[in-house]
Amino acid sequence: MSQHLDDLEAKSIYIIREAYARINPVGMLWSIGKDSTAMLWLVRKAFFGRVPFPLVLLDTGMEMDEVYAFRDMLTKEWDLDVISHPCPPEEDMDQTLPPATRAAMRKTEGLKTLLNEHQFKGIFCGIRRDEQGLRAKERVFSPRSMDGSWDFKDQPPEFWDQYKTEFPEGCHVRIHPILQWTEVDIWKYTQEQDIPLCDLYYARDGMRYRSLGEKNITKPVPSTASNIDEIIHELETTKTSERAGRAMDKETEDSFEKLRSQGYM
Amino acid sequence: MDKNKISQQLGVVIVGHVDHGKSTLIGRLLNDTNSLEDGKIDEIKGVCERRGVPFEWSFVLDAFQAERDQAVTIDTTQIFFSSDARDYVIIDAPGHREFLKNMISGASQADAAVLVVDADEGVREQTRRHAYMLHLLGMKQIAVVINKMDKVNYDPEVFENVSRDCQHYLESIGLHASYIIPIAARDGDMLDIRGDNMLWYKGKTLLGALDSFEVHSPSIARPLRFPIQDVYRFDEKRILVGRVETGILRKGDTLFFSPTNEKAVVTSIESWPLKRGVVEAQAGQSVGITLSEPIFVERGHIASHEKNLPMLSNVFQTNLFWLSERPLKVGNTYRVRYGTNEARVSVQSIDTLVDTQDLKKQEGASEVQKNAVAEVTFRARDSLPIDPYKDNDKLGRVVVYEEYDVVGGGLINMDNYPDQRQMGQPKSENIYKVSHSVNPDMRAKMFGHYGGIFWLTGLSGSGKSTLAVAVEQAVFKRGKNIYVLDGDNVRHGLNADLGFSPEDRTENIRRIGEVAALQANAGVIVLSAFISPYQQDRDRARMAAPHHFHEIYVKADLETCEGRDPKGLYKKARSGEIKEFTGIDSPYEPPKNPDLVVDTKINDVETCVSQIVDYIEANVQLDKKLAAEEKIHVLK
Repeated sequence: MSQHLDDLEAKSIYIIREAYARINPVGMLWSIGKDSTAMLWLVRKAFFGRVPFPLVLLDTGMEMDEVYAFRDMLTKEWDLDVISHPCPPEEDMDQTLPPATRAAMRKTEGLKTLLNEHQFKGIFCGIRRDEQGLRAKERVFSPRSMDGSWDFKDQPPEFWDQYKTEFPEGCHVRIHPILQWTEVDIWKYTQEQDIPLCDLYYARDGMRYRSLGEKNITKPVPSTASNIDEIIHELETTKTSERAGRAMDKETEDSFEKLRSQGYM
Repeated sequence: MDKNKISQQLGVVIVGHVDHGKSTLIGRLLNDTNSLEDGKIDEIKGVCERRGVPFEWSFVLDAFQAERDQAVTIDTTQIFFSSDARDYVIIDAPGHREFLKNMISGASQADAAVLVVDADEGVREQTRRHAYMLHLLGMKQIAVVINKMDKVNYDPEVFENVSRDCQHYLESIGLHASYIIPIAARDGDMLDIRGDNMLWYKGKTLLGALDSFEVHSPSIARPLRFPIQDVYRFDEKRILVGRVETGILRKGDTLFFSPTNEKAVVTSIESWPLKRGVVEAQAGQSVGITLSEPIFVERGHIASHEKNLPMLSNVFQTNLFWLSERPLKVGNTYRVRYGTNEARVSVQSIDTLVDTQDLKKQEGASEVQKNAVAEVTFRARDSLPIDPYKDNDKLGRVVVYEEYDVVGGGLINMDNYPDQRQMGQPKSENIYKVSHSVNPDMRAKMFGHYGGIFWLTGLSGSGKSTLAVAVEQAVFKRGKNIYVLDGDNVRHGLNADLGFSPEDRTENIRRIGEVAALQANAGVIVLSAFISPYQQDRDRARMAAPHHFHEIYVKADLETCEGRDPKGLYKKARSGEIKEFTGIDSPYEPPKNPDLVVDTKINDVETCVSQIVDYIEANVQLDKKLAAEEKIHVLK
């Protein structure tokens, strides 16, 4: 494996073990996509093949069929403890929001009820800084207030691999072990480690999904990349954003910011 | 991808005074290296038109609406881009003073720094402050850019002057700029392309300078340090996990653990998916190992080789930056973390305050304010394995916590402190300290509290014995094993051969110090009540068990004590009946740095007793972590 991937892997494993040692109980969001599946692989490396906490799918019922099938297959093969947590219906969301943002809000609300039900103090979340300008500002250990909101204007200092790991009652922390990875890093690692992946990522009839979201708000992008080598080549030459297929980011100039400050991943 | 590209990504932090053009520089650099998404510039042009403001390169970064409205960067942003030579991640750090914590969060992740200075305004307050922070963060690779050269007509003389000022300051704090480059970020001059405006400048462009910097790599050449992060148990295996911070760990190595002084051999380096023949782990790698012996090891312990051990000390000095609204004060307690260790510490002294503007050092300060820098000495309850920053740049630095929050960080300096592990060794070479299989935590768990030495010192008549008796009763009633050492039970037996000459007094205190140390190690709370007039003697008593020792000054002036004269001793001393009486014809040296002062002149007995009782309770209580039964994580 390249030195760069070795370094990234070692740092992520350190973060995962650090969170497990300091925060209890913890859970991990597994959206079944390439990022959180790579994160799951890192967890298994950190704990020598075991996954010592539950995985959670915030389920809107709107994931693509292939995604559910892939989840069921890996759950069985890797003997995983997966919680499928239902999200509240779209009618319950703020009706003044644009439609795609409203659909995404369901996950935010689902996360709140999840935290309430399971009392998780820490949630592993597979976001990356290069995905989006707002996520670039994230901390590795990112505290959330009682209502799940993110105070991006007053984030804790984070340096020298020492993290904020203690919080007042009722708050929780998002742990971001792959924050410093890029999209290409994830693909190279997936290839090197031979991590299984949902085949929606590979091009069929000139289209492929670059990012997997709900079927009502995610569109495939034009591509002929039908294997990982081709995907890596495509990414190294493209200038289209990874989340170009995600409608919720684009509806208004600040729709993603609003989502995130209210607790979206 | 270009096959000749360097695979590792270089982290670059951009710092400098507010409005000197950091965000503009980044926006332009992204554009010139063809790193922006298609349509990004048009999107920003659209936003600017809608808002009726002129186009700004800095808007490229300002993803937050709040930032667009205020036009300042309030938090660190990370941006990825590539030159022909390698990949970069740019960390844009805010310039405003109140956002120093964000600047530190960003800069601490970088391999190299670009310090942006406005050619017209020159070196300003934040230029100096940020440069000083780079120094505290250990930054070695620095490029200075003198920006907005267009504003000064590309005048080489202006460039020379600002460069000289800048270099002068950097050198005075021990930093060296590898490059000083004149640029006009808005037009892209000297970023990637040279442009036609500064033909007089012959050095590297900014991108050329960045390409010459190297990614920080963990130190393999330093002595091994493997801080234990956790202990996992499954399938009859006990695996110690952690990251090798420095050096190399090999299968078959004998590891020495601090602070427990335990030893064991590495029997395997574990991996998943199973890889056969893993025989070493280098600095930077996160690994798991198994040992030949089931010795007591837990998170926070540090494994090294038998040579080049970390120091053991319960006191250390730091060069520290402070980030909290609540000032750091002498006597306050905090938690510090370094590696995987966490320790409760109190501020023993604020040695100097450092002015980052003129670098003057001010002594005798009583507190450190937000965003200030100071040399501060901390004292811990237990001996900690410590490496000074100059020997180990990963473990030789602490992050300070108060309640839930990170409030500061500092580099450890041990120049004025001895290694207590060496000092604990007896002079005779044939006596070896036994590594007790019953460790202090186990004793503490059994007794419900830790041992400790609470050493009362003060003039005759200051109230030591009165307080000792009352405190003993109060603490004993709370179910704790406390015992008073005083003249009555020591002078008649152990020290019956000693008189009151200075030599005998010194020997008297030495023996009491050793007895107290043995008792405290056995888990007893020792309360000693002796005049113990000499600082040197008390310091020696402290050295017998530094992690247990607390010096409590029972304070009352001579006049007050002589007025009380409960045993009529002062009267006898005045009449010459007693010779060498402390305070009369023999000196008393008040403690220089007492852990606690109780003033019996101002306060009544009851108040003083509860002060001491509270202090003892706080210092012998079980840690929460000890209350938890099993510190091993059992993995299913």
